[in-house]
Amino acid sequence: MKTLITLLLLASLSFGANAAEDIHLQKARIDINDKTSLLRGAKHFVTYCLGCHSAKYMRYLRIALDTGVNEKVVLKEIAPEGASIYDQLHSAMNKHDAEKWFGTQPPDLSLIARSRGQDWLYSYLKSYYTDTKRPFGVNNLIFPDTAMPNPLWQLQGEQHAEQRKTIWGEHAELVLAEEGSLSEREFDVMVNDLVNFLVYVGEPIKVERESMGKYVLLFFSIFFILAYLLKKEYWKDIH
Amino acid sequence: MKIGRFAQTGNWILARFPLAKVWEEHMTHYYAPKNFNIWYFFGSLALLVLVNQFVTGILLTMNYKPDAKLAFDSVEYIMRDVHWGWLIRYMHSTGASAFFIVVYLHMFRGVMYGSFKKPRELIWIFGMLIFVCLMAEAFMGYLLPWGQMSYWGAQVIISLFSAIPVIGEDLSLWVRGDYVVSDATLNRFFAFHVISVPLVLVMLVFMHIVALHEVGSNNPDGIEIKKYKDENGIPLDGIPFHPYYTVKDIVGVAVFLLFFATVIFYMPEMGGYFLEHANFIPADPMKTPEHIAPVWYFTPFYAILRAIPDKFAGVIGMGGAIVVLFLLPWLDRNPVKSIRYRSGFYKKALLLFVISFFCLGYLGTQPATPTATLFARIFTVIYFGFFLLMPLYTRWEKTKPVPQRVTEEHGFDEQLPALLEEITELKPATDLEIGDPAFRSSFFNRRPNPDGIVKVITRLAKNLKESLD
Amino acid sequence: MINEGVDKSKRQFLTSALTVVGAVGTGYLAVPFLSQMQPSVKAMAAGAPVTVDISKMETGQLLRVEWRGKPVWILNRTPEVLETLKSLDSQLRDPKSEESSQPEASKNPGRSIKPEVFVAVGLCTHLGCSPTFRPEIAPHDLGENWKGGFFCPCHGSWFDLAGRVYQGVPAPTNLEIPPYRYINDTQIIVGEAPEEKGA
Repeated sequence: MKTLITLLLLASLSFGANAAEDIHLQKARIDINDKTSLLRGAKHFVTYCLGCHSAKYMRYLRIALDTGVNEKVVLKEIAPEGASIYDQLHSAMNKHDAEKWFGTQPPDLSLIARSRGQDWLYSYLKSYYTDTKRPFGVNNLIFPDTAMPNPLWQLQGEQHAEQRKTIWGEHAELVLAEEGSLSEREFDVMVNDLVNFLVYVGEPIKVERESMGKYVLLFFSIFFILAYLLKKEYWKDIH
Repeated sequence: MKIGRFAQTGNWILARFPLAKVWEEHMTHYYAPKNFNIWYFFGSLALLVLVNQFVTGILLTMNYKPDAKLAFDSVEYIMRDVHWGWLIRYMHSTGASAFFIVVYLHMFRGVMYGSFKKPRELIWIFGMLIFVCLMAEAFMGYLLPWGQMSYWGAQVIISLFSAIPVIGEDLSLWVRGDYVVSDATLNRFFAFHVISVPLVLVMLVFMHIVALHEVGSNNPDGIEIKKYKDENGIPLDGIPFHPYYTVKDIVGVAVFLLFFATVIFYMPEMGGYFLEHANFIPADPMKTPEHIAPVWYFTPFYAILRAIPDKFAGVIGMGGAIVVLFLLPWLDRNPVKSIRYRSGFYKKALLLFVISFFCLGYLGTQPATPTATLFARIFTVIYFGFFLLMPLYTRWEKTKPVPQRVTEEHGFDEQLPALLEEITELKPATDLEIGDPAFRSSFFNRRPNPDGIVKVITRLAKNLKESLD
Repeated sequence: MINEGVDKSKRQFLTSALTVVGAVGTGYLAVPFLSQMQPSVKAMAAGAPVTVDISKMETGQLLRVEWRGKPVWILNRTPEVLETLKSLDSQLRDPKSEESSQPEASKNPGRSIKPEVFVAVGLCTHLGCSPTFRPEIAPHDLGENWKGGFFCPCHGSWFDLAGRVYQGVPAPTNLEIPPYRYINDTQIIVGEAPEEKGA
């Protein structure tokens, strides 16, 4: 028995060591109930992402319904010109051109938050740095050798990677070399809004689902109480 | 005379169809042992989940498209554009995992109380066939969303067939219908998933229940209630299934639904265990995800596969892990059924088996590092050791005396008031309360009692230790 | 199992209460299960209004457009046709379109907003086949009484060029007129009612 416990302890230790090697991600502050943040994020998405990436499972109508903003306002403020409210967030870019320019097709972003995770996206968008060896002159700490150029560099400014030595070993750290048009705080808020929107796009029903859940649970609790009382009543015969 | 006409119609049907007879035989006059405990809920729950899978599955097929180009899109279409499609899809995906949870618990109950032993070997065999069908059903269903995990999981598992000597390559080619997993594979898996396997499953479930009702249910004491009958031929320790176990099972259903709804509404992905993250990326035959793992319910068997360093032997090991379960009624040579009256050695062996099963399950979800593989090997040996050494260690077991009649056991709900009394103590009343005529000793003016809690915990630990002897 | 001293009424009450709660639950579950068969958002998107350019239509020409998956006809009627329509009332079942389905703006003898441009859903009101366009007068197969109109090949219903049904044919009412409006003289939008004009 004791040897077994020791073995289990050892095992958990060795797995723990594996986990520690993961890249440290920055936390995104996600709140899909924050409708103004979602609308800002939607605007950023259409401005900075939709040029290359689609979100083809998402309709403009859905944004209007979920944020409570008038359909016409969504078409005017968020959607690109000429879009219909029923349109999905399609990119104007030609797939073949994309393959020629980037060597790969930019993925659809409808479900990116569900496959990559919110913190990964947040950290990724913030972790570009200058690297002259790459075709677009930039590289990324979170996703090394990424095919995507940094669409937000004018806002964030230019970052350089510097090697730092600490007691945990050598690791790269990003330093702002040239300021962008946004301050660091403003940029963080902007990226956070964008990621917030992507999380929402991943599962637009989530807010409704969670608010519905409590009624369902309340109902089953009542059902449980009645069922339990009935069972007790019948089982009086047996005890 | 409306009522008269209603009764007339009823009689007309009953004269032509044995509805009342079936109801009587299997419900009101089916006598089940009166000492069923919590472990006996999972059979009826499995049936409930089966119904859930059928209903939601049929609804999903109305909008799903079994086509490699359209499948992924159609799932997202269901999730977003179809009214309530998200609920139906989550009920189905959560139901799949729930099915395995209740079935694993149901099987463990059978092992614990010896429900597979004479005369219930056939019930166990039918049950095992249901389990195998369920694995096939789950595996093929998992390909349908056509995500990265669907695709590469299917690719890996179908490739297992190619390990079989001589015919292997041709067999896996035949299963896929193409050189890689493709549209053809998706289409045939869809056909199997929605028609063939469900039909077989329903038939097996029917036979499982018929076989059970022929010999009667086992119970936590592992004794036959049919030995002692009253003058009417009714087992003394038996009670009619309806209404006693129907009302009891409804309580189980209510508790299950509380858990089920919590997952559906608050954590449908279950941290990537019920719906894997990489499966939100459409299948890409050009790029394997960095880390592929099957869904959690297959991971113990997957870990066994990876633990064995030879392709063919690995496949044999994985298949063997299921085959040994079929053989259980003949491996266990001890006539005592219930774990309550078995030796401490057997109890420890079973505990070790459960631990190794869980650990294999965990290891199956993790990347195969050298340490992980080493542990997987150790647990694989324990897994097989538990079954294959059974004919030896069960024969000379020192068992405890088995009672003649079933023993009464108090349910948790009955023990709860006394337990609360024990771990709490009365708050000293404030001056205000003493003067108050409405003041009574109730739950709300008690506070936790540290001594009581320590006492209860030591008692629990002692009981746990004793139960292993 | 002693059944004496059992509180039958309590049992009865709890059984009924549980049944009611269970039935309510089943009812609530039935709502999503049944409404998932309603047209989805995609179907609604396909049912969005359609803009049609009619500037290039010649007189007498029929244009077919798809709206909500249904054929919608746009017919540019000649002055002769409009003349003929006035003389048919006695042979029609519902000449004034009292029992037929059309927006208020099209409830007139010619069943259209502008007399020459006729817009209708091209599905027979009998069992939903799409009638054929037969503008010719007294053709060989339809006989002398045919003044030009729509003929349903499925069950032989006759409609005139205002979509009005003849007497003695299976179709019960005139062809349905969809809501539509003019954006300008050359463009109409099918699926949107005319904007309310101030009195």
